[in-house]
Amino acid sequence: MSTIVWIVGALVVIAAGGYVFRLLGQMLTGNAPKYRDMSFGVAFGYVLAVALVIGTVWFYLQPTVVEVNGQQTAVASVTFFRWAVQAVILGSVAAYWFKFVGKNFGPEASRKAFRTMPLTASFGILIIGVYTFVAIFAGQIAVTTIIGLAIGFMVILAASRNRLNKDSHAGIGFLLFAILVICSVMYFVGPLAPYGQEEILGAANILPGGNTATGGDPAYPLGTDSIGRDILSRLIYGAQNTVGIAFVTTVLAFAIGVTLGFLAATLGGWLDQLLSRAVDVLMAIPSLIFALLLMTIASVWAPRLGIPLTYFMVLIIAVIDSTRVFRLSRAVASNIVVMDYIEAAKLRGEGLGYLIFKEILPNATAPLLAEFGLRFCFVFLTIAALSFLGVGIQPPLSDWGTMVKDLAPFINFAQFAPLAAVTPLLAAGAIALLTVAVNFVVDWMLHKSSGLKE
Amino acid sequence: MGNVSSIIFQRLLLGLVTLLIVSIVIFVAVNLLPGDFAELILGQGATPEAVSTIRRDLGLDQPLIVRYMQWLGGIATGDLGTSFAQLNFKTNLGGAGDVGVIDQILPRLSNTMFLALVTAAIAVPLAVTLGVLAALFRNTVFDRVANVATLSSISSPEFFMAYVLILFLAVLNPILPSLSNIFEGMSFTERLEKSMLPALTLTLVVTAHMMRMTRAAIINLLASPYIEMARLKGMSPMRVIVKHALPNALAPIINVIALNLAYLVTGVVVVEVVFVYPGIGQLFVDSVKIRDIPVVQACCLIFAAAYILLNLTADILSILSNPRLRHPK
Repeated sequence: MSTIVWIVGALVVIAAGGYVFRLLGQMLTGNAPKYRDMSFGVAFGYVLAVALVIGTVWFYLQPTVVEVNGQQTAVASVTFFRWAVQAVILGSVAAYWFKFVGKNFGPEASRKAFRTMPLTASFGILIIGVYTFVAIFAGQIAVTTIIGLAIGFMVILAASRNRLNKDSHAGIGFLLFAILVICSVMYFVGPLAPYGQEEILGAANILPGGNTATGGDPAYPLGTDSIGRDILSRLIYGAQNTVGIAFVTTVLAFAIGVTLGFLAATLGGWLDQLLSRAVDVLMAIPSLIFALLLMTIASVWAPRLGIPLTYFMVLIIAVIDSTRVFRLSRAVASNIVVMDYIEAAKLRGEGLGYLIFKEILPNATAPLLAEFGLRFCFVFLTIAALSFLGVGIQPPLSDWGTMVKDLAPFINFAQFAPLAAVTPLLAAGAIALLTVAVNFVVDWMLHKSSGLKE
Repeated sequence: MGNVSSIIFQRLLLGLVTLLIVSIVIFVAVNLLPGDFAELILGQGATPEAVSTIRRDLGLDQPLIVRYMQWLGGIATGDLGTSFAQLNFKTNLGGAGDVGVIDQILPRLSNTMFLALVTAAIAVPLAVTLGVLAALFRNTVFDRVANVATLSSISSPEFFMAYVLILFLAVLNPILPSLSNIFEGMSFTERLEKSMLPALTLTLVVTAHMMRMTRAAIINLLASPYIEMARLKGMSPMRVIVKHALPNALAPIINVIALNLAYLVTGVVVVEVVFVYPGIGQLFVDSVKIRDIPVVQACCLIFAAAYILLNLTADILSILSNPRLRHPK
């Protein structure tokens, strides 16, 4: 109850502060237009912002350890608050420098994109890059992979030489070469994860922090879990499994949804009716509920057929999400098929494949790309939710949703051992950070393509 | 009004047909299980005689269509079957007698409804107010901060929000209980306090979405001539938005509120698991884990029905709030 009294009291004080602030501004500047026309809401907002900043700084500077009855007691909330503020500042600074580098280096097109993007979008791109890097190099990269990539890139470059202009061809070549160099360097650096994801090490339940005095071990910076697996390694491998599986699922959902959507839009008739009504029915069932129902059935089938449950999960979520992709791609494509150039292509006698790949697909790329980003977020969150509920990605594969579920009880120790409570939040935060990053980038793309200025 | 009532009647009929087809989908999906219920109930050590007895008792020797009709008839009369767990309890331990799925679901459904109502009571006014404020102070620092904050809260998983709230409001500053221990005969205030953290978590998730849509719906209208007229009359920006823009933006706002309520009824699964809230989502997940098919089937149908019903409501409300349809020429 006293909390509510405090909050209401603070708001009343701030409201009074806003009134005084406006009055003072009017008096001191001789009724300048800025203060004369200022509404009370704006004045309130200014004072509220100042109060929040002062409050943040004041709370940040509180001691983390206080002496109560001659005993040193940790104030955990200050510790957590400091970490949160530091993370936000670090993220903003990293995003700023990333944008600075992007603005001043590289080809003109990417420099222009970086100049116009907001800080949130550059933060999003930076985070997506970091996740991709961690996901790919979590384990040791094989020599055969590097050689295969080198040959594949060579083929791509040779095939695209006559289709692109010289500058963009050189740009792509440079990018692919940089990827090869990074792969080769990482081959000698070795895996990012210090241990394997399934490796059961000597001691269980080592606390994070690496300080032997508080029950940590420098060999395991984030400690070990209840059966002695290194949490840092599992977090790093989690990037590979969770993000990788979500990516594959989204690609599959798009393959199904876009193919059927384009076919329905171009062919029309009974196929269109059939597919659209089927999608209507599937979309009438909430997706997480339907996924859980189908996973129940799959969990009975999986051991009988000897196929891992994870494959079933990929398929089930891909099918459920492809209904949403179908809706969008059908809508986009049916706007395109009524265009004159499609009519012209039909009169030329072009086949279905030419119409879909050469006429419709290139004109539908922009909305589909934005949808891919959003769809990836939804798929990623669905998989995380399923794993959190215990029916998603199965052990021994490490993944973030399962880690949150397993480590969650440690949050209750936050008062005495702030470090112990960090690990479940790190896993959950890793999921949140990636979806937030993708959403920032998609938001920027949509804003740019819609041309909204208001 | 004849026009509107016929449209609404059509929508209602369409909703009913959808529900029927969805029930077929669920029934067929459940019957994709290898073997059948009898083997599932008895497990590994099933003798052929026992299997055939149970099969006869549950009517599993009938063809698929007959069973579907029986199931549908059962739903119409409020009989959703008996859960495997209860059957086991009864046969092996001589347990509590006939506890049908319906008796298990009803109290939990009312708990979930309570949670959804509490959340809606907090979230809807908050979201509309914040949305109007964001539209009023568009392109200011407040709007940018609100944009970043709402985007982050939409895209975070519910359990991240839930654990952050537990950390700050239950563990570090013990203001609210982190477990929702709800039982029969609690006083209203106590119940409200116990379900406050899950309600706050859901509020964070749905408010962001509703607020963004409110802001977008209002800003969409700001370029209209009648808004410009109101501005030229010298009205204050607040009055322009609340008096002139908001009533015309109601249709999309009502729509998004109804959709978010649909999300509240169906998307509570994860939040209920985090807070051990005794709602229908928790029952559903538990049944999924032990493959208790009758319960899973029934929960699925209830979720789908709630989802379809609220979508239908959104549809009908947006028809009703459109003056062009209400007063046809």
